Amino acid sequence: MSIWEYANPKKFMETSARLLPWVTGFAMVSLLGGLFWGFFLTPDDFRQGSTVKIIYLHVPAAIMGTSAWFMMLVTSLIWLIRRHHVSALAAKAAAPVGLTFTLIGLVTGAIWGQPMWGTWWAWDPRLTAFLILGLFYLGYIALWAAVDDPDTAADLTSVLCIVGSVFAFLSRYAILFWNQGLHQGASLSLDAEENVSDVYAWPLWTCIAGFLLLFVTLVLLRTRTEIRARRMAALLSRERMAG
Amino acid sequence: MRALFLRDLALAIRAGGGFGLGLAFFLLVAVLMPLGVGPDQGVLGRIAPGVLWVGALLACLLSLDRLFALDVEDGSLDLLATAPLPLEGVVAAKALAHWVVTGLPLVLAAPVLGLELNLAPGGYAWLVVSLLVGTPALSVIGAFGTALTVGLKRGGLLMSLLVLPMYVPTLIFGAEVVRRGAAGLEFGGALVFLAAITLGALALLPFAAAAAIRVNLR
Repeated sequence: MSIWEYANPKKFMETSARLLPWVTGFAMVSLLGGLFWGFFLTPDDFRQGSTVKIIYLHVPAAIMGTSAWFMMLVTSLIWLIRRHHVSALAAKAAAPVGLTFTLIGLVTGAIWGQPMWGTWWAWDPRLTAFLILGLFYLGYIALWAAVDDPDTAADLTSVLCIVGSVFAFLSRYAILFWNQGLHQGASLSLDAEENVSDVYAWPLWTCIAGFLLLFVTLVLLRTRTEIRARRMAALLSRERMAG
Repeated sequence: MRALFLRDLALAIRAGGGFGLGLAFFLLVAVLMPLGVGPDQGVLGRIAPGVLWVGALLACLLSLDRLFALDVEDGSLDLLATAPLPLEGVVAAKALAHWVVTGLPLVLAAPVLGLELNLAPGGYAWLVVSLLVGTPALSVIGAFGTALTVGLKRGGLLMSLLVLPMYVPTLIFGAEVVRRGAAGLEFGGALVFLAAITLGALALLPFAAAAAIRVNLR
């Protein structure tokens, strides 16, 4: 029993079909529970008022926006090294989800920034790096769509993904190495002395878990769709050959 | 590698190679900007570093499609791929030739355009230095972008979508060097970052570009 057995599309379909209801359930429970806990059961911040609560969408979305790219990096590397098609399709399936999380992060940040910083957008290194990551997602999706041959497309997008991870890394850790700018520093570390207050931290961790599970759900669903689409294309071309 | 470099130079300089088109585009951008923004000398002086860097970047981008397209059309890229010279070397030589015919003229023309845009006197030397350090990165990153899209029939727009985000760090630090130089501030950090991006791109991207070309030639 090794992890590479799931590279077999049939095995992957069977296992993911069994896992999917569970993951979906856990995602819904933790996401709805975390958001409800955060939105209705935590006190308003004494300086930010109720705008502080956008943290429950912004932080998990931003975390998943960059994490999705790292997941794509891993699956792209597996595709390049071991040529497992499921891996390449998982990377393809994850890109639009990652782009959506990145957009949620940018939009919620802007909505929070307008009353708090007095501006929707600032050309802060952290914000800029995240915006560039969003553009990379767009380019990645466009490259998948532009190349006809699926194996060529998978190879080219994998190379792009490797180069783009420099930027994903930058936008993830920009918070640590650029101190200037408006965006606040890291405040949810396990080893730091000053963090977000526990009242906010626990519902936030629940939301992060919810977003992570939501991501897994969506990627599993979309990978299954991609595998089915690939099977359809294979069947159609076989029929054309026969007829 | 030297022969390939000289061949690309000769092809670019002779008729039909499009030599100087990028330079002309750069001149036009710098001329259009005061017409669009208005002739206020103070405003022009303040935006000059950014305008010159964006102009250089777009001029570089426009000339990228020639990097591999002609060689794919007449099949010489297939020959180069089977030649004893590694494909990474081919990419590096072609990117270098692209820089000599596109990037270098931009560096030389920039001070004149800076004069036209009322750049502060302290900025000229650093404009030239930052462009000299930064433009090789534009050529190498561009080579990677074109290598990804070389198999597509109309890949130009997709190529810009892929390449422009990768140009952003070079643009930020390049313009920052000029702005700080013009204002008489300390700019060493930005210049070092700019050089680091160029060196990193020169060292790593030829491998990525060669991998993409191999896929596209398959």
